[in-house]
Amino acid sequence: MSDEITFQIEQLNFYYGNTQALCDVNMTVLPREITALIGPSGCGKSTFLRCLNRMNDTITDTRISGSIVLNGQNIYAPNIDETELRRQVGLVFQRPNPFPQSIFDNVAFGPRVLGIATGNDLHELVVQSLRAAALWDEIKEDLKQPALSLSLGQQQRLCIARVLAVTPDVILMDEPCSALDPIATNQIEELIQELKEHYTIVIVTHNMQQAARVSDKTGFFWLGELIEFDETTTIFTRPSLQRTEDYVTGRFG
Amino acid sequence: MIRLSRHHTERIVFAVIGLAAVATAVPIIIIVGSIFFSGAEAVSWQFLLEMPRDGMRSGGIWPAIIGTIYLVVGTGLISIPLGVASAIYLSEYAADSYWTRMIRLAIVNLAGIPSVVYGLFGLGLFVLFLDLGSSIVAACLTLSIMTIPVIISTAEEALRAVPQSFRVVSVGMGATRWQTIRRVVLPQALPGILTGVILGLNRAAGETAPILFTGAAFFLPKLPNSIFDQTMALPYHLFVISTQVPEMPITIQYGTATVLLAFVLIMNILAASVRSWQRRKREW
Repeated sequence: MSDEITFQIEQLNFYYGNTQALCDVNMTVLPREITALIGPSGCGKSTFLRCLNRMNDTITDTRISGSIVLNGQNIYAPNIDETELRRQVGLVFQRPNPFPQSIFDNVAFGPRVLGIATGNDLHELVVQSLRAAALWDEIKEDLKQPALSLSLGQQQRLCIARVLAVTPDVILMDEPCSALDPIATNQIEELIQELKEHYTIVIVTHNMQQAARVSDKTGFFWLGELIEFDETTTIFTRPSLQRTEDYVTGRFG
Repeated sequence: MIRLSRHHTERIVFAVIGLAAVATAVPIIIIVGSIFFSGAEAVSWQFLLEMPRDGMRSGGIWPAIIGTIYLVVGTGLISIPLGVASAIYLSEYAADSYWTRMIRLAIVNLAGIPSVVYGLFGLGLFVLFLDLGSSIVAACLTLSIMTIPVIISTAEEALRAVPQSFRVVSVGMGATRWQTIRRVVLPQALPGILTGVILGLNRAAGETAPILFTGAAFFLPKLPNSIFDQTMALPYHLFVISTQVPEMPITIQYGTATVLLAFVLIMNILAASVRSWQRRKREW
Protein backbone atom coordinates (compact mmCIF):
# COMPACT_ATOMS: atom_id res chain seq x y z
CA MET A 1 0.00 0.00 0.00
CA SER A 2 1.72 3.15 -1.20
CA ASP A 3 -0.77 5.17 0.86
CA GLU A 4 0.97 3.97 3.98
CA ILE A 5 4.33 5.36 2.92
CA THR A 6 5.23 9.06 2.83
CA PHE A 7 8.69 8.87 1.29
CA GLN A 8 10.06 5.88 -0.58
CA ILE A 9 13.70 6.58 -1.42
CA GLU A 10 15.52 4.15 -3.67
CA GLN A 11 19.13 4.01 -4.85
CA LEU A 12 19.63 7.71 -4.26
CA ASN A 13 22.99 9.09 -5.39
CA PHE A 14 23.95 12.75 -5.19
CA TYR A 15 27.01 14.55 -6.49
CA TYR A 16 28.47 18.03 -5.96
CA GLY A 17 30.52 18.34 -9.14
CA ASN A 18 32.70 15.23 -9.06
CA THR A 19 32.30 14.61 -5.34
CA GLN A 20 29.76 11.98 -4.44
CA ALA A 21 27.83 13.09 -1.35
CA LEU A 22 25.23 10.33 -1.20
CA CYS A 23 25.73 6.72 -2.20
CA ASP A 24 22.87 4.30 -2.91
CA VAL A 25 20.62 5.50 -0.12
CA ASN A 26 17.41 3.52 0.44
CA MET A 27 14.90 4.64 3.04
CA THR A 28 11.22 4.46 3.81
CA VAL A 29 9.57 7.27 5.76
CA LEU A 30 6.19 6.44 7.24
CA PRO A 31 3.43 9.00 7.77
CA ARG A 32 3.20 10.71 11.18
CA GLU A 33 6.48 9.28 12.28
CA ILE A 34 9.57 11.17 13.33
CA THR A 35 12.65 10.03 11.47
CA ALA A 36 15.98 11.19 12.88
CA LEU A 37 19.11 11.33 10.76
CA ILE A 38 22.41 11.15 12.65
CA GLY A 39 26.04 10.88 11.69
CA PRO A 40 29.28 12.88 11.81
CA SER A 41 29.59 16.24 10.01
CA GLY A 42 29.90 15.91 6.25
CA CYS A 43 28.30 12.46 6.18
CA GLY A 44 25.56 13.62 3.81
CA LYS A 45 22.56 13.79 6.13
CA SER A 46 21.79 17.45 5.42
CA THR A 47 22.29 16.89 1.71
CA PHE A 48 19.86 13.99 1.93
CA LEU A 49 17.31 16.15 3.78
CA ARG A 50 17.52 18.82 1.08
CA CYS A 51 16.93 16.24 -1.64
CA LEU A 52 13.52 15.57 -0.09
CA ASN A 53 12.14 18.97 -1.13
CA ARG A 54 14.53 19.61 -3.99
CA MET A 55 16.30 22.50 -2.29
CA ASN A 56 19.51 21.18 -3.82
CA ASP A 57 18.14 22.23 -7.22
CA THR A 58 19.17 25.78 -6.42
CA ILE A 59 22.86 24.80 -6.18
CA THR A 60 24.65 24.73 -9.50
CA ASP A 61 26.75 21.79 -10.67
CA THR A 62 24.94 19.08 -8.74
CA ARG A 63 23.65 15.76 -10.05
CA ILE A 64 21.17 13.27 -8.68
CA SER A 65 20.13 9.71 -9.59
CA GLY A 66 17.74 7.18 -8.11
CA SER A 67 14.20 7.97 -7.06
CA ILE A 68 12.33 9.70 -4.26
CA VAL A 69 8.63 8.89 -4.26
CA LEU A 70 6.37 11.11 -2.16
CA ASN A 71 2.82 9.77 -1.69
CA GLY A 72 3.15 7.72 -4.87
CA GLN A 73 4.71 10.49 -7.00
CA ASN A 74 8.37 10.63 -8.03
CA ILE A 75 9.35 14.15 -6.99
CA TYR A 76 12.14 14.28 -9.58
CA ALA A 77 9.74 13.44 -12.43
CA PRO A 78 9.73 16.13 -15.15
CA ASN A 79 6.08 17.09 -14.61
CA ILE A 80 6.57 17.92 -10.93
CA ASP A 81 6.13 21.57 -9.90
CA GLU A 82 8.97 22.00 -7.43
CA THR A 83 7.37 25.10 -5.84
CA GLU A 84 4.26 23.04 -4.98
CA LEU A 85 6.54 20.28 -3.68
CA ARG A 86 8.31 22.75 -1.40
CA ARG A 87 5.00 24.00 -0.05
CA GLN A 88 4.09 20.40 0.72
CA VAL A 89 7.48 19.55 2.23
CA GLY A 90 8.55 22.43 4.49
CA LEU A 91 12.08 23.06 5.72
CA VAL A 92 13.19 24.47 9.08
CA PHE A 93 16.77 25.67 9.22
CA GLN A 94 19.63 25.36 11.66
CA ARG A 95 19.68 29.01 12.68
CA PRO A 96 16.41 30.81 13.33
CA ASN A 97 16.06 33.11 10.32
CA PRO A 98 12.89 35.21 10.53
CA PHE A 99 12.51 38.12 8.12
CA PRO A 100 13.16 41.54 9.70
CA GLN A 101 9.42 42.20 9.84
CA SER A 102 6.60 41.79 12.33
CA ILE A 103 5.59 38.41 13.74
CA PHE A 104 2.37 38.55 11.75
CA ASP A 105 4.08 39.40 8.46
CA ASN A 106 6.55 36.56 8.96
CA VAL A 107 3.85 33.93 9.33
CA ALA A 108 1.66 35.55 6.66
CA PHE A 109 4.52 35.61 4.16
CA GLY A 110 3.94 32.15 2.67
CA PRO A 111 0.13 32.33 2.46
CA ARG A 112 0.37 35.77 0.86
CA VAL A 113 2.95 34.79 -1.73
CA LEU A 114 1.24 31.52 -2.61
CA GLY A 115 -2.23 33.07 -2.50
CA ILE A 116 -3.48 30.63 0.13
CA ALA A 117 -5.50 33.10 2.19
CA THR A 118 -6.36 36.80 2.56
CA GLY A 119 -8.19 39.04 5.02
CA ASN A 120 -9.84 37.25 7.93
CA ASP A 121 -8.86 33.82 6.63
CA LEU A 122 -5.25 34.91 6.60
CA HIS A 123 -5.49 36.21 10.14
CA GLU A 124 -7.09 32.96 11.26
CA LEU A 125 -4.37 30.93 9.50
CA VAL A 126 -1.63 32.97 11.16
CA VAL A 127 -3.18 32.50 14.61
CA GLN A 128 -3.62 28.77 14.02
CA SER A 129 -0.02 28.40 12.86
CA LEU A 130 1.30 30.31 15.88
CA ARG A 131 -0.83 28.12 18.16
CA ALA A 132 0.40 24.95 16.47
CA ALA A 133 3.99 26.15 16.90
CA ALA A 134 3.40 26.72 20.63
CA LEU A 135 4.25 30.40 20.36
CA TRP A 136 0.79 31.94 20.52
CA ASP A 137 0.49 32.28 24.30
CA GLU A 138 3.78 34.16 24.52
CA ILE A 139 3.13 36.74 21.82
CA LYS A 140 -0.65 36.98 21.38
CA GLU A 141 -0.75 40.51 22.88
CA ASP A 142 1.30 42.00 20.09
CA LEU A 143 1.51 40.36 16.67
CA LYS A 144 2.98 43.57 15.26
CA GLN A 145 6.19 43.43 17.28
CA PRO A 146 9.36 42.83 15.26
CA ALA A 147 10.24 39.15 14.94
CA LEU A 148 13.87 39.90 15.72
CA SER A 149 12.95 41.18 19.20
CA LEU A 150 12.00 37.61 20.18
CA SER A 151 14.43 35.25 21.89
CA LEU A 152 16.25 32.75 19.68
CA GLY A 153 14.02 29.90 20.83
CA GLN A 154 10.89 31.94 20.09
CA GLN A 155 12.34 32.90 16.72
CA GLN A 156 12.84 29.24 15.86
CA ARG A 157 9.23 28.45 16.82
CA LEU A 158 8.19 31.42 14.70
CA CYS A 159 10.09 29.90 11.78
CA ILE A 160 8.21 26.64 12.38
CA ALA A 161 4.91 28.58 12.44
CA ARG A 162 5.93 30.24 9.17
CA VAL A 163 6.37 26.81 7.59
CA LEU A 164 3.08 25.49 9.06
CA ALA A 165 1.22 28.45 7.52
CA VAL A 166 1.62 27.06 4.01
CA THR A 167 -0.10 23.83 5.18
CA PRO A 168 2.64 21.27 4.48
CA ASP A 169 2.36 17.49 4.95
CA VAL A 170 5.99 16.91 5.80
CA ILE A 171 8.37 19.05 7.86
CA LEU A 172 12.10 18.70 7.39
CA MET A 173 14.27 20.04 10.19
CA ASP A 174 17.98 20.63 9.77
CA GLU A 175 19.50 20.66 13.26
CA PRO A 176 16.73 22.97 14.50
CA CYS A 177 18.11 23.21 18.04
CA SER A 178 21.83 23.58 17.45
CA ALA A 179 21.73 27.35 18.02
CA LEU A 180 19.48 27.13 21.09
CA ASP A 181 19.99 26.77 24.83
CA PRO A 182 18.71 23.65 26.69
CA ILE A 183 15.39 25.22 27.73
CA ALA A 184 14.57 26.42 24.22
CA THR A 185 15.73 23.04 22.90
CA ASN A 186 13.34 21.30 25.26
CA GLN A 187 10.45 23.46 24.07
CA ILE A 188 11.20 22.65 20.44
CA GLU A 189 11.42 18.93 21.25
CA GLU A 190 8.02 19.04 22.95
CA LEU A 191 6.68 20.92 19.95
CA ILE A 192 8.03 18.26 17.60
CA GLN A 193 6.15 15.63 19.58
CA GLU A 194 2.92 17.61 19.23
CA LEU A 195 3.44 18.22 15.52
CA LYS A 196 3.79 14.48 14.99
CA GLU A 197 0.01 14.14 15.35
CA HIS A 198 -0.52 15.93 12.04
CA TYR A 199 2.79 15.94 10.21
CA THR A 200 5.49 13.59 9.06
CA ILE A 201 8.83 14.83 10.36
CA VAL A 202 12.39 14.20 9.27
CA ILE A 203 14.99 15.74 11.55
CA VAL A 204 18.76 15.98 11.23
CA THR A 205 20.51 16.20 14.57
CA HIS A 206 23.97 16.09 16.09
CA ASN A 207 22.48 15.47 19.48
CA MET A 208 22.25 11.74 20.24
CA GLN A 209 19.94 12.25 23.23
CA GLN A 210 17.65 14.31 21.05
CA ALA A 211 17.43 11.59 18.42
CA ALA A 212 16.79 9.02 21.15
CA ARG A 213 14.18 11.20 22.86
CA VAL A 214 12.08 12.41 19.95
CA SER A 215 12.29 9.97 17.06
CA ASP A 216 10.58 6.75 16.06
CA LYS A 217 13.16 5.73 13.46
CA THR A 218 16.81 6.62 13.25
CA GLY A 219 19.12 6.49 10.26
CA PHE A 220 22.88 6.56 10.68
CA PHE A 221 24.81 8.13 7.82
CA TRP A 222 28.47 7.41 7.32
CA LEU A 223 30.51 8.82 4.42
CA GLY A 224 27.43 9.35 2.26
CA GLU A 225 25.92 5.95 2.93
CA LEU A 226 22.95 5.13 5.12
CA ILE A 227 24.69 2.29 6.88
CA GLU A 228 22.00 1.53 9.43
CA PHE A 229 18.31 2.43 9.56
CA ASP A 230 15.96 1.00 12.16
CA GLU A 231 13.64 1.65 15.07
CA THR A 232 15.22 4.28 17.32
CA THR A 233 15.19 1.97 20.33
CA THR A 234 17.06 -0.67 18.33
CA ILE A 235 19.66 1.81 17.09
CA PHE A 236 20.35 3.04 20.61
CA THR A 237 20.23 -0.28 22.45
CA ARG A 238 21.40 -3.06 20.16
CA PRO A 239 22.54 -1.69 16.79
CA SER A 240 23.66 -4.34 14.33
CA LEU A 241 26.87 -2.55 13.35
CA GLN A 242 29.82 -1.85 15.61
CA ARG A 243 30.31 1.54 13.94
CA THR A 244 26.77 2.62 14.84
CA GLU A 245 27.26 1.55 18.40
CA ASP A 246 30.55 3.43 18.63
CA TYR A 247 28.89 6.57 17.29
CA VAL A 248 25.73 6.57 19.41
CA THR A 249 27.68 5.81 22.55
CA GLY A 250 30.06 8.68 21.79
CA ARG A 251 33.17 6.64 21.24
CA PHE A 252 33.86 8.66 18.09
CA GLY A 253 32.04 11.37 16.22
CA MET B 1 69.31 59.03 15.76
CA ILE B 2 66.84 59.98 18.43
CA ARG B 3 64.64 57.14 19.57
CA LEU B 4 61.12 58.28 20.29
CA SER B 5 59.11 56.61 22.95
CA ARG B 6 56.01 54.77 21.82
CA HIS B 7 53.86 57.48 23.30
CA HIS B 8 55.58 60.22 21.35
CA THR B 9 55.27 58.23 18.14
CA GLU B 10 51.62 57.75 18.91
CA ARG B 11 51.12 61.49 19.30
CA ILE B 12 53.01 62.40 16.15
CA VAL B 13 51.18 59.82 14.04
CA PHE B 14 47.88 60.96 15.45
CA ALA B 15 48.69 64.61 14.71
CA VAL B 16 49.79 63.87 11.14
CA ILE B 17 46.74 61.81 10.19
CA GLY B 18 44.50 64.33 11.93
CA LEU B 19 46.05 67.13 9.88
CA ALA B 20 45.54 65.13 6.71
CA ALA B 21 41.85 64.78 7.53
CA VAL B 22 41.55 68.53 8.20
CA ALA B 23 43.47 69.35 5.01
CA THR B 24 40.94 67.47 2.90
CA ALA B 25 37.97 69.12 4.58
CA VAL B 26 39.27 72.71 4.51
CA PRO B 27 39.11 73.31 0.72
CA ILE B 28 35.56 71.96 0.57
CA ILE B 29 34.46 74.21 3.39
CA ILE B 30 36.17 77.23 1.80
CA ILE B 31 34.66 76.56 -1.64
CA VAL B 32 31.14 75.96 -0.41
CA GLY B 33 31.38 78.74 2.16
CA SER B 34 32.70 81.39 -0.19
CA ILE B 35 30.21 80.54 -2.92
CA PHE B 36 27.26 80.56 -0.54
CA PHE B 37 28.56 83.75 1.10
CA SER B 38 28.98 85.62 -2.18
CA GLY B 39 25.96 84.09 -3.89
CA ALA B 40 23.40 84.41 -1.13
CA GLU B 41 22.65 88.06 -1.88
CA ALA B 42 21.90 87.25 -5.54
CA VAL B 43 19.48 84.45 -4.73
CA SER B 44 15.89 85.60 -4.44
CA TRP B 45 12.51 84.37 -5.66
CA GLN B 46 12.88 86.64 -8.70
CA PHE B 47 16.32 85.19 -9.43
CA LEU B 48 14.99 81.64 -9.19
CA LEU B 49 11.74 82.12 -11.08
CA GLU B 50 12.44 84.74 -13.78
CA MET B 51 13.76 84.44 -17.33
CA PRO B 52 17.25 85.84 -17.98
CA ARG B 53 17.30 89.36 -19.47
CA ASP B 54 19.87 91.68 -21.13
CA GLY B 55 21.87 88.82 -22.62
CA MET B 56 21.68 86.98 -19.27
CA ARG B 57 23.29 89.93 -17.46
CA SER B 58 20.19 90.40 -15.33
CA GLY B 59 16.95 88.61 -14.56
CA GLY B 60 16.78 85.05 -13.27
CA ILE B 61 17.84 81.52 -14.11
CA TRP B 62 14.42 79.80 -14.21
CA PRO B 63 14.94 78.08 -17.61
CA ALA B 64 18.24 76.62 -16.41
CA ILE B 65 16.66 75.28 -13.22
CA ILE B 66 13.66 73.80 -15.00
CA GLY B 67 15.99 72.40 -17.70
CA THR B 68 18.13 70.63 -15.11
CA ILE B 69 15.01 69.20 -13.50
CA TYR B 70 13.84 67.94 -16.92
CA LEU B 71 17.23 66.34 -17.53
CA VAL B 72 17.37 64.67 -14.12
CA VAL B 73 13.80 63.33 -14.36
CA GLY B 74 14.32 62.12 -17.95
CA THR B 75 17.62 60.49 -17.04
CA GLY B 76 15.94 58.83 -14.06
CA LEU B 77 13.10 57.49 -16.22
CA ILE B 78 15.62 55.80 -18.50
CA SER B 79 18.43 54.81 -16.16
CA ILE B 80 16.54 53.61 -13.06
CA PRO B 81 14.54 50.79 -14.72
CA LEU B 82 17.48 49.72 -16.89
CA GLY B 83 20.04 49.97 -14.11
CA VAL B 84 17.97 48.23 -11.44
CA ALA B 85 16.88 45.49 -13.86
CA SER B 86 20.50 44.86 -14.84
CA ALA B 87 21.53 44.75 -11.19
CA ILE B 88 18.77 42.22 -10.43
CA TYR B 89 19.88 40.11 -13.35
CA LEU B 90 23.55 40.20 -12.33
CA SER B 91 22.90 39.60 -8.64
CA GLU B 92 19.99 37.14 -8.71
CA TYR B 93 19.88 35.32 -12.02
CA ALA B 94 23.20 35.35 -13.84
CA ALA B 95 25.56 32.46 -13.23
CA ASP B 96 29.20 33.33 -12.72
CA SER B 97 30.31 32.77 -16.29
CA TYR B 98 32.77 34.30 -18.74
CA TRP B 99 30.04 36.56 -20.10
CA THR B 100 28.81 37.93 -16.79
CA ARG B 101 32.42 38.63 -15.83
CA MET B 102 32.80 40.57 -19.10
CA ILE B 103 29.60 42.51 -18.38
CA ARG B 104 30.84 43.41 -14.89
CA LEU B 105 34.22 44.47 -16.28
CA ALA B 106 32.45 46.65 -18.84
CA ILE B 107 30.34 48.29 -16.12
CA VAL B 108 33.36 49.04 -13.96
CA ASN B 109 35.22 50.54 -16.92
CA LEU B 110 32.17 52.50 -18.05
CA ALA B 111 32.08 54.18 -14.63
CA GLY B 112 35.64 55.43 -15.16
CA ILE B 113 35.21 57.03 -18.58
CA PRO B 114 35.70 60.84 -18.64
CA SER B 115 32.37 62.61 -19.04
CA VAL B 116 33.41 64.48 -22.21
CA VAL B 117 33.79 61.11 -23.94
CA TYR B 118 30.17 60.34 -23.08
CA GLY B 119 29.27 63.70 -24.58
CA LEU B 120 31.03 62.95 -27.84
CA PHE B 121 29.55 59.44 -27.90
CA GLY B 122 26.07 60.90 -27.39
CA LEU B 123 26.70 63.39 -30.18
CA GLY B 124 27.71 60.58 -32.53
CA LEU B 125 25.00 58.08 -31.63
CA PHE B 126 21.92 59.97 -30.47
CA VAL B 127 22.24 63.42 -32.03
CA LEU B 128 23.65 62.47 -35.43
CA PHE B 129 23.19 58.75 -36.14
CA LEU B 130 19.73 58.37 -34.58
CA ASP B 131 18.94 61.90 -35.77
CA LEU B 132 17.41 63.05 -32.48
CA GLY B 133 19.19 66.38 -32.89
CA SER B 134 20.51 68.36 -29.98
CA SER B 135 17.54 67.78 -27.67
CA ILE B 136 16.41 66.93 -24.16
CA VAL B 137 15.92 63.30 -25.16
CA ALA B 138 19.43 63.00 -26.61
CA ALA B 139 20.90 64.63 -23.51
CA CYS B 140 18.92 62.33 -21.20
CA LEU B 141 20.04 59.25 -23.13
CA THR B 142 23.66 60.41 -22.92
CA LEU B 143 23.39 61.16 -19.21
CA SER B 144 21.72 57.77 -18.72
CA ILE B 145 24.67 55.91 -20.21
CA MET B 146 26.86 57.76 -17.73
CA THR B 147 24.50 57.12 -14.79
CA ILE B 148 23.58 53.48 -15.40
CA PRO B 149 26.95 52.00 -14.31
CA VAL B 150 26.71 53.87 -10.99
CA ILE B 151 23.17 52.60 -10.43
CA ILE B 152 24.04 49.04 -11.45
CA SER B 153 27.04 48.72 -9.16
CA THR B 154 25.40 50.25 -6.08
CA ALA B 155 22.13 48.37 -6.64
CA GLU B 156 23.97 45.08 -7.16
CA GLU B 157 25.90 45.68 -3.95
CA ALA B 158 22.64 46.40 -2.09
CA LEU B 159 21.02 43.24 -3.47
CA ARG B 160 24.02 41.10 -2.53
CA ALA B 161 23.92 42.47 1.01
CA VAL B 162 20.52 40.82 1.56
CA PRO B 163 21.28 37.61 3.47
CA GLN B 164 21.13 34.45 1.39
CA SER B 165 19.05 32.78 4.14
CA PHE B 166 16.08 35.07 3.32
CA ARG B 167 16.07 33.79 -0.25
CA VAL B 168 16.45 30.17 0.82
CA VAL B 169 13.53 30.46 3.27
CA SER B 170 11.29 32.00 0.66
CA VAL B 171 12.14 29.44 -2.03
CA GLY B 172 11.91 26.68 0.58
CA MET B 173 8.27 27.60 1.22
CA GLY B 174 7.32 27.31 -2.41
CA ALA B 175 7.84 30.85 -3.70
CA THR B 176 9.26 31.19 -7.20
CA ARG B 177 12.51 33.03 -7.77
CA TRP B 178 10.73 36.14 -9.00
CA GLN B 179 8.31 36.13 -6.05
CA THR B 180 11.33 35.84 -3.78
CA ILE B 181 13.04 38.79 -5.45
CA ARG B 182 9.92 40.96 -5.42
CA ARG B 183 8.65 40.11 -1.95
CA VAL B 184 11.88 39.55 -0.01
CA VAL B 185 15.02 40.76 -1.73
CA LEU B 186 13.90 44.05 -3.31
CA PRO B 187 12.18 45.48 -0.21
CA GLN B 188 15.30 44.75 1.86
CA ALA B 189 17.63 46.22 -0.75
CA LEU B 190 15.48 49.26 -1.54
CA PRO B 191 17.28 51.85 0.63
CA GLY B 192 20.65 50.84 -0.82
CA ILE B 193 19.27 50.98 -4.34
CA LEU B 194 17.78 54.43 -3.66
CA THR B 195 21.13 55.71 -2.43
CA GLY B 196 22.77 54.58 -5.65
CA VAL B 197 20.00 56.10 -7.75
CA ILE B 198 20.29 59.47 -6.03
CA LEU B 199 24.08 59.55 -6.28
CA GLY B 200 23.91 58.59 -9.96
CA LEU B 201 21.30 61.24 -10.77
CA ASN B 202 23.27 63.74 -8.72
CA ARG B 203 26.20 63.26 -11.04
CA ALA B 204 23.88 63.70 -14.00
CA ALA B 205 22.59 66.96 -12.54
CA GLY B 206 26.05 68.47 -12.13
CA GLU B 207 27.78 67.43 -15.35
CA THR B 208 28.37 69.83 -18.24
CA ALA B 209 30.38 67.84 -20.74
CA PRO B 210 27.82 65.13 -21.61
CA ILE B 211 25.08 67.67 -22.40
CA LEU B 212 27.35 70.18 -24.09
CA PHE B 213 26.92 68.63 -27.55
CA THR B 214 23.70 66.73 -27.00
CA GLY B 215 21.04 69.07 -25.66
CA ALA B 216 22.21 72.10 -23.72
CA ALA B 217 21.42 75.52 -25.13
CA PHE B 218 23.59 78.62 -24.72
CA PHE B 219 20.49 80.75 -24.27
CA LEU B 220 16.80 80.19 -24.92
CA PRO B 221 14.22 82.94 -24.62
CA LYS B 222 11.49 80.42 -23.69
CA LEU B 223 11.07 77.10 -21.93
CA PRO B 224 11.31 73.91 -24.02
CA ASN B 225 7.99 72.69 -25.44
CA SER B 226 8.84 69.07 -26.08
CA ILE B 227 11.53 66.53 -25.36
CA PHE B 228 12.91 67.20 -28.84
CA ASP B 229 13.73 70.82 -27.96
CA GLN B 230 17.04 71.99 -26.58
CA THR B 231 17.10 73.18 -23.02
CA MET B 232 19.18 75.36 -20.78
CA ALA B 233 20.77 73.62 -17.79
CA LEU B 234 22.40 74.88 -14.62
CA PRO B 235 25.95 73.56 -15.02
CA TYR B 236 26.23 74.65 -18.65
CA HIS B 237 24.59 78.00 -17.87
CA LEU B 238 27.20 78.56 -15.18
CA PHE B 239 29.96 77.73 -17.63
CA VAL B 240 28.46 80.11 -20.20
CA ILE B 241 28.00 83.09 -17.90
CA SER B 242 31.42 82.58 -16.36
CA THR B 243 33.41 82.39 -19.58
CA GLN B 244 31.37 83.36 -22.62
CA VAL B 245 29.53 86.55 -21.73
CA PRO B 246 31.51 89.78 -21.36
CA GLU B 247 30.66 92.22 -18.55
CA MET B 248 28.74 89.62 -16.63
CA PRO B 249 27.82 90.76 -13.09
CA ILE B 250 29.72 88.54 -10.67
CA THR B 251 26.74 88.27 -8.32
CA ILE B 252 24.75 86.40 -10.98
CA GLN B 253 27.65 83.99 -11.46
CA TYR B 254 27.87 83.37 -7.74
CA GLY B 255 24.10 83.12 -7.45
CA THR B 256 23.96 80.49 -10.19
CA ALA B 257 26.79 78.53 -8.57
CA THR B 258 24.94 78.72 -5.26
CA VAL B 259 21.77 77.30 -6.78
CA LEU B 260 23.63 74.47 -8.55
CA LEU B 261 25.55 73.66 -5.40
CA ALA B 262 22.40 73.72 -3.28
CA PHE B 263 20.68 71.42 -5.80
CA VAL B 264 23.51 68.87 -5.59
CA LEU B 265 23.83 69.28 -1.82
CA ILE B 266 20.14 68.62 -1.24
CA MET B 267 20.36 65.43 -3.28
CA ASN B 268 23.44 64.35 -1.32
CA ILE B 269 21.70 65.00 1.98
CA LEU B 270 18.77 62.98 0.67
CA ALA B 271 21.11 60.09 -0.15
CA ALA B 272 22.75 60.32 3.26
CA SER B 273 19.44 60.27 5.10
CA VAL B 274 18.27 57.29 3.07
CA ARG B 275 21.49 55.54 4.04
CA SER B 276 21.05 56.20 7.73
CA TRP B 277 17.39 55.15 7.53
CA GLN B 278 18.63 51.93 5.93
CA ARG B 279 21.12 51.38 8.73
CA ARG B 280 18.46 51.84 11.37
CA LYS B 281 16.13 49.50 9.53
CA ARG B 282 18.69 46.78 8.98
CA GLU B 283 18.63 44.36 11.87
CA TRP B 284 20.21 41.22 10.52
